[in-house]
Amino acid sequence: MTAPSLILFVSGGSPTSRRARENLARLAAHDLPADWVVEIIDVMTDPARAEESRILATPTLSLGDPARPRRIVGDLSERARVLEFLGIETRSEAP
Amino acid sequence: MTEGEEPDVAGVLERVKTGVEAFDELVMGGLPRGRATVVAGTPGSGKTVFATQFLAHGITTYQENGVFVTFEESPRDIESNMYSFGWDLATWRKQKRLAWVDASPRADDELVLGEFDLNALVARIRHAAETVDAKRVVLDSLTQLHDHFIADPALLRRELFRVSLGLKREGLTVLMTAERNSEYGEISRHRMEEFVADNVVILRNVLHHEKRRRTIEVLKMRGSHHAEGEAPFTLMGGRGIVAVPLSSLRLEQESSTTRVTSGNTEIDAMCGGGFFRDSVTLVSGATGTGKTLMVTNFLAGGVAAGEKALLIGYEESRGQLFRNARGWGVDFEKMEADDKLKIVCLYPEAQSLPDHLLTIQSLVDEFKPNRVAIDSVSALERVAPETGFREFLISLTSFIKKREVAGLCTATSKSLVGGESASEQHISTLTDSIVLLRYIQQQQTMHRGLMVLKMRGSEHSKDIRKFAIDSSGMHLGAAFERAPNVFSGPGADGLEGL
Repeated sequence: MTAPSLILFVSGGSPTSRRARENLARLAAHDLPADWVVEIIDVMTDPARAEESRILATPTLSLGDPARPRRIVGDLSERARVLEFLGIETRSEAP
Repeated sequence: MTEGEEPDVAGVLERVKTGVEAFDELVMGGLPRGRATVVAGTPGSGKTVFATQFLAHGITTYQENGVFVTFEESPRDIESNMYSFGWDLATWRKQKRLAWVDASPRADDELVLGEFDLNALVARIRHAAETVDAKRVVLDSLTQLHDHFIADPALLRRELFRVSLGLKREGLTVLMTAERNSEYGEISRHRMEEFVADNVVILRNVLHHEKRRRTIEVLKMRGSHHAEGEAPFTLMGGRGIVAVPLSSLRLEQESSTTRVTSGNTEIDAMCGGGFFRDSVTLVSGATGTGKTLMVTNFLAGGVAAGEKALLIGYEESRGQLFRNARGWGVDFEKMEADDKLKIVCLYPEAQSLPDHLLTIQSLVDEFKPNRVAIDSVSALERVAPETGFREFLISLTSFIKKREVAGLCTATSKSLVGGESASEQHISTLTDSIVLLRYIQQQQTMHRGLMVLKMRGSEHSKDIRKFAIDSSGMHLGAAFERAPNVFSGPGADGLEGL
């Protein structure tokens, strides 16, 4: 089975989108399994992808899990709840 | 206008026609271009139909393509639901005249956590609008979008405001639907219209006296006039929303001076040369005074002059009308066979007054007659409360004039000698001409008398003429020498001062 893919939809350099990028980078570095693929899409420059995935709000993190597709809308600042929703056991507290 | 008052900019706002003709008249020609309108209504009030009609009218009539943003039903569902109104959304989608933004609910689990914006939605709508070069956008419905992000209402309001502003800046004319909880309560759930809309329109669907009554009302038009009050409408297969115009706007038709025959040369002479072409004449009289004969002459006279004539009958069957006509030497069968005449008989109780009006309008628009007779309008009085009847008559007479056809309506007065009916009161101020038929008693004999009471914009004979009816029709005789008082006597007081 291929590793699940994460797509973060952002809009340009808005403050919430920037925070979401930073938070996701932190999660990827510390919490996400190493083989998970993370993609970032800017809806301002690639609206067709937003249409395809039917995204309404930014930032939205989409987890392409075939069994249970999930989405989180928001800036991903609440690490524990984000990880819980993604179904990831926390390995350690953030440094 | 007094100084300091907000200037009325109706003249500078370009108008976008919605395809609901009577509604466009209420709002001075259509929705202002580049602005946002909220259409609020309870479930089942026709919001999606109105929204779709707005897009469809742009696509089919003005080559203005559209974007439909749906937050509720799937695009495919809407495409099949709207097909019965005559709108082939699927084909327009394939022809790139319509683009969908599918924001209907998904099966995904979703968690809203912290701040967000709706830039993705705006980006998708703009992208769709660019793809088809759209001028009109529909968002159906805001309430669904609101409920999707219910967690933070304040943030959502700010975002909806930005969505509305962002689309208007693109020059798009925006129509958004919103749900209401009740017919006469708050304007929309969560009062969303307050922060997104320049204009607010309400659709209602009320049960009144065991009859369903749909109405449309304009609540607010920023920087522009609009007509007040609720205009009734119906939903019709193949057409969508068809509204009945309110009276206030429709009494300004120009009158032509072209004369047409009444079908009787002597009556033409009394009227100063015939009826006017785009005018409505009321023939009023008690039962048996000769109203249907005047209708028959009116139709036959038109057909003989090469015109097409339409008769809508509410009192007698086709068989009876044909027999009557034959009795007066008029061959309706041949005229119908030649496609010069169309006779439609309807039961007054078969439908509501707005539906009767729409039936008449469709018949006129399909058959395209030069003259139309309605026998009788007083029969329709039975099916409606008084206010509805007056609205109906106003709409009917203005429609007839607008189509530049000559109209003849009959009304039956209740009392045999003299008297007036309610429809006579209602219609007498609206019609251009009034012909009275009355029984007149002189000594021991009962005569029939005819008088032209009113002829707008023309001289007419003031005589009261005796007339007789035989197998070749109506024959006017001498004037009554001493005018009997049946035209102005007891029971006819209401006709003074017309």
